[in-house]
Amino acid sequence: MELLLLFISTVLINNFVLSRFLGICPFLGVSKKLEVAFSMGLAATFVMTLSAIATWLIQHYILMPFGMERFLQYVAFILVIASLVQFVEMFLKKNSPALYQSLGIFLPLITTNCAILGLALLSALNGYGLVTSTVFGFGAGVGFTLAISAMAGLREAMEFGDVPVPFKGVPITLITAAIMSMAFLGFSGLIAM
Amino acid sequence: MDNTVLIAVVSMGAIGVFFAAFLAFASTKFAVEEDPRVEAVQSILPGANCGACGQAGCSNFAAAVVAGEVPVYGCPVGGSETGDKIAEILGMEGSGGSGGKKAVAKVMCNGDDEKCKNKYRYIGVQDCVAASRMAGGGPKACEYGCLGLGTCVGVCPVDAITISEDGLAVIDEEKCIGCEKCVAACPKNVIRMVPYGQQVHVMCNNPEPGKIVRKKCEVGCIACKKCEKACKFDAIHVEGNLAKIDYEKCTECMECVKACPTYTIVGDLENRKIARILEDKCIKCTICKKNCPFEAIEGEVKQPHRVLEDICVGCGVCYEKCPKDAIEMIGSKVEKNKNSKEVV
Repeated sequence: MELLLLFISTVLINNFVLSRFLGICPFLGVSKKLEVAFSMGLAATFVMTLSAIATWLIQHYILMPFGMERFLQYVAFILVIASLVQFVEMFLKKNSPALYQSLGIFLPLITTNCAILGLALLSALNGYGLVTSTVFGFGAGVGFTLAISAMAGLREAMEFGDVPVPFKGVPITLITAAIMSMAFLGFSGLIAM
Repeated sequence: MDNTVLIAVVSMGAIGVFFAAFLAFASTKFAVEEDPRVEAVQSILPGANCGACGQAGCSNFAAAVVAGEVPVYGCPVGGSETGDKIAEILGMEGSGGSGGKKAVAKVMCNGDDEKCKNKYRYIGVQDCVAASRMAGGGPKACEYGCLGLGTCVGVCPVDAITISEDGLAVIDEEKCIGCEKCVAACPKNVIRMVPYGQQVHVMCNNPEPGKIVRKKCEVGCIACKKCEKACKFDAIHVEGNLAKIDYEKCTECMECVKACPTYTIVGDLENRKIARILEDKCIKCTICKKNCPFEAIEGEVKQPHRVLEDICVGCGVCYEKCPKDAIEMIGSKVEKNKNSKEVV
């Protein structure tokens, strides 16, 4: 039950993009097309879940026993994330070249996506267990996918909207993001944790 | 303290090695076979990723070129030099598929404002596509001719196209890189790719019967077939009421230019080539005389040969046939043809 609550709270209440403001780069960069945005979300979810597990293992079996978690956390986590992203990239290139092309530069940029490092660090900071971390990572990924897909859906609809000239492009996108963020704030009353 | 550093180094190293091994394994497992030509092409491109070719970057251009989606001379920055190299990698001879010569775009219409009148005055958007949507396919009397509003000028990446004073698009052969963007942009399909350096062209795009063409334009092809008869090289044929030159066969002798009653076929008649026999190399074998389709060479075995300049049209057959390279083609000759016409 607690895991389910954690999952819902990560997806909706503490949404990584809209409440914690992590992973804004792909959120704005890859949200032009719904299909691509969704795939980006899936790739990020995959990396997030795996890195949640991998970073937990490293944190608990390598860093903590030697008392190195304070100063090696970042380096170790980035190393793990970078490797996983590389793996996802190879996998996509082999299995879905079209998706690989459309994600373009944003795929390797998942490496430097703060949402993923943020996830690893938050998970360590909150002292989550392995299962909890995994659920947290997966929830964060789902939350990211939800946010980016919703954004892409809105942007697709806005393509045909009568947007005033000065607001066309990036400005209207940022305004949309802000309004979405406020809307997500409404979820905070959903669960008392 | 020293111990911590050591552990840190070793543990990080171990993690690094582990992931490196994992990735190395994954890279063989998920290896994608890429066409080695793509990489080869990419290495000779300028690498500025400027996007002038219409692709997102040099790597996309390389992939598209190998796939045959864009012409080898599509890189406007690299120009013909890069194009030649790409052609070499792709195993093409020199270029764009037109007989080893670079292909350049040419506007196949000579019906300027004077020769092909407008049906009505067009004051709408100054764009061929917009104008061509008007009644009767635009203001020009001929629906197939160049509207001269410059849609092609806008798409040309190298500014090779200008609109002449009398309302026709003119493409500078020297500047043209053969990207075919204008060919695609022209709503009248009046721009064609022709071999670079080719002088003789049928400047008409109207496939309607001669009678109708005559009413619309002074210089339109009326499909009279006089050029077909004049050509000794089987290089020009009237297909669908329009004369077409087979550039592979055309020797630029310009007999068709002389024969054309409507001045539709153009060529620099004044400066056409002429054969000249190099006395010191000539062995007086009469091969040139036998092969000349115009009987413009006279001479007997062991007698000096002579080119009759009045008759020679510069087709170059003798130049090709001479076993001793004793004939050279010289660019311009002093005008001697009395019956030649003023070049349009």
